[in-house]
Amino acid sequence: MTHPADPALLRALATATEKALLEAEIRLPTDVLAALRRAAAAEKNEVARQEFALILENIALAGERQVPICQDTGVPVVYLTLPPDVPFTPDLFAGIREGVRRATTAIPLRPNVVDPLTRENTGDNTGAGMPAVHVVFGDRLTVTVLPKGAGSENASRIGMLLPSQAADIPRFVAETMLIAGGKPCPPVFLGVGIGGTFDGAAALAKEALLLPVDTMDDYEQEICDAVNALGIGPMGLGGETTALAVKVKRRDCHTASLPVAVNVQCWACRRATVEVER
Amino acid sequence: MNLTTPLGDEVLDLRAGDRVTLTGTIYTARDEAHLRMMEEGIPFDPVGAAVYHCGPVVRDGRLVVAGPTTSARMNALTGFLIDAGVRALIGKGGMGPEVVEQLRGRAVYLAFTGGCAALAADRMSLSGVYFEDLGMAEAVWIIEADHLPLTVGIDARGGDLFSAVREKAKTQFHQRFNIR
Repeated sequence: MTHPADPALLRALATATEKALLEAEIRLPTDVLAALRRAAAAEKNEVARQEFALILENIALAGERQVPICQDTGVPVVYLTLPPDVPFTPDLFAGIREGVRRATTAIPLRPNVVDPLTRENTGDNTGAGMPAVHVVFGDRLTVTVLPKGAGSENASRIGMLLPSQAADIPRFVAETMLIAGGKPCPPVFLGVGIGGTFDGAAALAKEALLLPVDTMDDYEQEICDAVNALGIGPMGLGGETTALAVKVKRRDCHTASLPVAVNVQCWACRRATVEVER
Repeated sequence: MNLTTPLGDEVLDLRAGDRVTLTGTIYTARDEAHLRMMEEGIPFDPVGAAVYHCGPVVRDGRLVVAGPTTSARMNALTGFLIDAGVRALIGKGGMGPEVVEQLRGRAVYLAFTGGCAALAADRMSLSGVYFEDLGMAEAVWIIEADHLPLTVGIDARGGDLFSAVREKAKTQFHQRFNIR
C-alpha cells in the first residue's frame, strides 16, 4: 500500500532543497573557511601562498556577486533527515528533485547530470538516481546538501584491505593523494570510511565529509600529517598544505574484511542544511 | 609579465613557476569539444591561440562563473592543437608526459587556480560560441580575458612544476612508509 506524502510537504521540501543548494554553492561553511584561513596563514611556500590568496579572493567575490564559488556546481548529493512523524515514502524524493530543478535555473547551476554511456545531458541536474538521496533519521525534518564536483570525486578510491592491514590505512589514504596529485584541486578535505561493506565504506567516506572540519582526533591528525608530508600543495604546485583536514567514520565489518574508502573533496567543501518549514 | 593573444615566441622564454597574467581572446574546450575539433576541424584561428580547459556557467549570454577543469583528461586529445599552432593551454592539475613533449619548443601550459570560478568570470567577458549543441559545459566559448592570473606549470623546455612536485611526493611517500 502506498502512502502519498502531503503535497504541501513536497512543496516545502522543494523550497528547502533549493535554499540549501543556494547557500552551499555561494557560501562556504564557517568551519571550512576557518580551516582555509588557518592553512593560508601558516603556508610558507611562495607559489602556494599565491594560490591561497586567489582562493580566498574567489570566495569573497562569490559572496559579493552572489554567484557559485566554482563552475563545477557538482551533482546534487542530499541527506534527508526524517523525524518519526514523517512517513518514509518514495514520493518525498519528488520534492527534492523539484528543488534541484528549481535551483538549477535560479542560481544557476551548470547542468552536470548525463547518461553514463550515451553522455546525453538531462539538462536539469536530475536523472536516474540523481539527485543522490540518502535518508537518515533524526528529530527534525531537514535537508542537507553536499554538491559534489567531479575533479575531486574522480580521485576517490576504495580498497578491500586484509584484516591484518589496519596499520596500513594511513598509507592507503596518503597513496590516494599521491596518485591524485593536483587533479582534485588540493588543498583537499578527505572523508575516510573504515569498515562496513564494500558499498557501505564508500557511503561512510562521503558522510565523513559532513563532519565539522575544525577538529581532528589523533588518528585523523596522523593521517593528515602523512598526506601533508607529500608536499603536493595547493593545485599540485607544491606546498605544505595538501590536506586541510581528514575526517574518519567507522562501522563494524566482517571478521575477514577491512574495507577502506577515501572520498576526496576539493577545498570548496560545500554543504548546507535547511530545516523544512511545515 | 602580461601575455597578450595572439601569442608568439615570447612564451618560449617562460619558465615553470613563473607568474604571468594573460589578456586577450581565449577559447574554452573540454573532452567533447576536442573530439569534435579532431573530426570537423578547429573553428577558430589556432595560430597563437590560447585554449582554456573550462566548462563555464553561462546565463543570458554572460559568464556567471568560469574556473578551470582537470586538464589531464585531455592528455590524449591535445597534440593536434599544438600542431595547429596553439601556443598556450590553460587549465588545472597539469598534463601528462606526452603533452610535455608536444609543448617542447612550441607552447606552454598555464595553471589557473582550480575552483576560482567567480574570480575567473570577474576577469573575463563572453564574446561568442562554437559547437553550442554540445551543451553548456562542453561547447567552445569565445572569451575575452583581462589580466587572468596564472602560473607557468609546464614550460616549452620540458620544465614541469607538477611532475617535479609529484616526484618529490613519491620520494616522501616511500621514505615515510619504508617502501623499497
